[in-house]
Amino acid sequence: MLAPAGDYRTSYREDMTIFPTRNSRIALWLGIALLCLAPLALGRYELGLLINIGFLGIAALGLNILVGFTGQISIGHAAFFGFGAFASAWLHEVAHIPVALCIPLAGLMTAAVGLVFGAPAARLKGLYLAIATLAAQFILEDFFARAQWFTGGVAGRITEPFTLFGWVADREQSYFYVVLAWTIIMFVAAANLMRTRDGRALVAVRDHYLSAEMMGINLAYYRTLSFGIASFYAGIGGALYAHYLLFVSVEAFNILFSIQFLGMVIIGGLGSVMGSLMGAAFMVLLPEVVQVAADALSGSAIDRALRLGASISFLREMAIGAAIILFLIFEPDGLARRWRLIRAYWKLYPYSH
Amino acid sequence: MDWSLLLQLTLNGLIVGALYGVVAMSFVLIYKASQVVNFAQGEFLLVGAWVCWWLLTSWQLPFWAGFLVTLAFMTVFGVVLQVVVLRPLIGEPVISVIMATIGLGIFFQALMKWMFGVFAQPFPPIFTTERVTVLGLEVQSVYLLSLAISVLIMLGFWWFFTFSRHGLAMRATAFDQQVAQSLGVSVPRVFAMAWAISAVVSAVAGVVVGVVNGVSSALSFYGIKVFPAVILGGLDSIVGAVLGGIIVGVLENWAQYLDAEWLHWGNMYAIAPFYALILILLIKPYGLFGTQNIERV
Repeated sequence: MLAPAGDYRTSYREDMTIFPTRNSRIALWLGIALLCLAPLALGRYELGLLINIGFLGIAALGLNILVGFTGQISIGHAAFFGFGAFASAWLHEVAHIPVALCIPLAGLMTAAVGLVFGAPAARLKGLYLAIATLAAQFILEDFFARAQWFTGGVAGRITEPFTLFGWVADREQSYFYVVLAWTIIMFVAAANLMRTRDGRALVAVRDHYLSAEMMGINLAYYRTLSFGIASFYAGIGGALYAHYLLFVSVEAFNILFSIQFLGMVIIGGLGSVMGSLMGAAFMVLLPEVVQVAADALSGSAIDRALRLGASISFLREMAIGAAIILFLIFEPDGLARRWRLIRAYWKLYPYSH
Repeated sequence: MDWSLLLQLTLNGLIVGALYGVVAMSFVLIYKASQVVNFAQGEFLLVGAWVCWWLLTSWQLPFWAGFLVTLAFMTVFGVVLQVVVLRPLIGEPVISVIMATIGLGIFFQALMKWMFGVFAQPFPPIFTTERVTVLGLEVQSVYLLSLAISVLIMLGFWWFFTFSRHGLAMRATAFDQQVAQSLGVSVPRVFAMAWAISAVVSAVAGVVVGVVNGVSSALSFYGIKVFPAVILGGLDSIVGAVLGGIIVGVLENWAQYLDAEWLHWGNMYAIAPFYALILILLIKPYGLFGTQNIERV
């Protein structure tokens, strides 16, 4: 932690604050206020991107709790995300529960499913867990295609827009606030989780699981718990996705989507709460950049020779793969570390030495 | 009970399983030599098959020439991947290495789709297809050829690791890198060689599948089917990989039989190996022949 000289903490209470300085608190409230005003200034498309960053960021944060904080790995996160989406739609249609309640309930349902698949996670780690979750991805995908009562089968499932006391959030301008509220709640919850006994236990399991076990941390319990939390976050993210698109298709939650989640966590920074959001933003904006680059080249000789316009989706996939590899080689700690460096530089500017 | 169908499916399973075994073997080779779990194994098949197809159709090379050029290309390809992507990641946590190979996987899969399109392309006819009768069952000669090639590759591996100097160096490295180094084995070269051999062998499997079924992005699914096979056999056992591959091949065909005759769930062919995988991980995570990892503090 980089703190200015003379900033000594004199009580435990001070030491435990999330936002240590007054400036950081002001920046936080200013940031939230700016985001609240965003629907007035931005168009539907830009708001859509922000909404995407929001719900993907929530799910990525869940994966980061699993991968970055507990040191487990999951290659099936998109399947849980999808489960949350279908669960929310299903709850609303079958039990007629209001959508506002469906979202947290879908999170709990997904957490329950995550605990089932997390049972092997209590015994496995590293590569074996990666393979087990890979299997979970395919089994859940198969389940989506098969369970017509739950997912609507191949036809998919239409969902209802979010409503709260008569207020209908069926456009980007209004739905943005729903996602913003959920994003703030989930991120504050995660930041606080890491300051509790359970959160520290998770980090201990990551850093040295044998020492952690000797200090009385129940490995099986915390590994499974971490899986449950990750699935809960994925479920919330998925439910928000379902009520944004108003349609959930069975094919959306494939392995490439799971890999994208892992990419968000790696690019954002393993073990960083805000990094998850940065990673999600990177993953959402990357295809846009590719699109802009392809548009800029359209009609030129390069475009004609390489058929850029027709194969834009492949270019996006390649960009995702390349981004993951480049970050792993050149910036393994992700955007969160880059951000810390930039902040430290400006904090001490111009006397950085 | 339809015995002849069951027998036919078992034979199919053996033939496909032998190919799984070959791919699993090249997966285990990389894992043993350089402790890297290669999630891009299926893309080796894909790249190899597409390159060979491209040489044969666009350049009109005869099959043997195109095949040899493909193998040479895959050697370079494997070495370059190891040196450029995997070498900087030595010493990084398992998750990083896994993610790097996953990234490679999606990169090359998308690249192949971009270059060659999304539709399956048949190989130009190389061998005349005939039907041969084996034990009262009709089998296409191409399938028998593929089985023969698989067995040949397995014998090649056995010879390589038992008698050749490089194979022995590789085994020494897998056993203990420091000791191998002190005996004059160049560990970086062994790593590169393992990747090259793995890429070449996978490409052969890819070309075989391409000749039989046509080349398409479905080939990369072989890389995923490898996991049930290697987990069943034990991650660091070559014999286990072969056996695991054959068992998975037979298992998925039997699952299809079970499905067609009684269950009628559909899609069991593709999904059964993954149920088996979860079961194995719960019961015997080190597989049939894998080394049990004993941890001491």
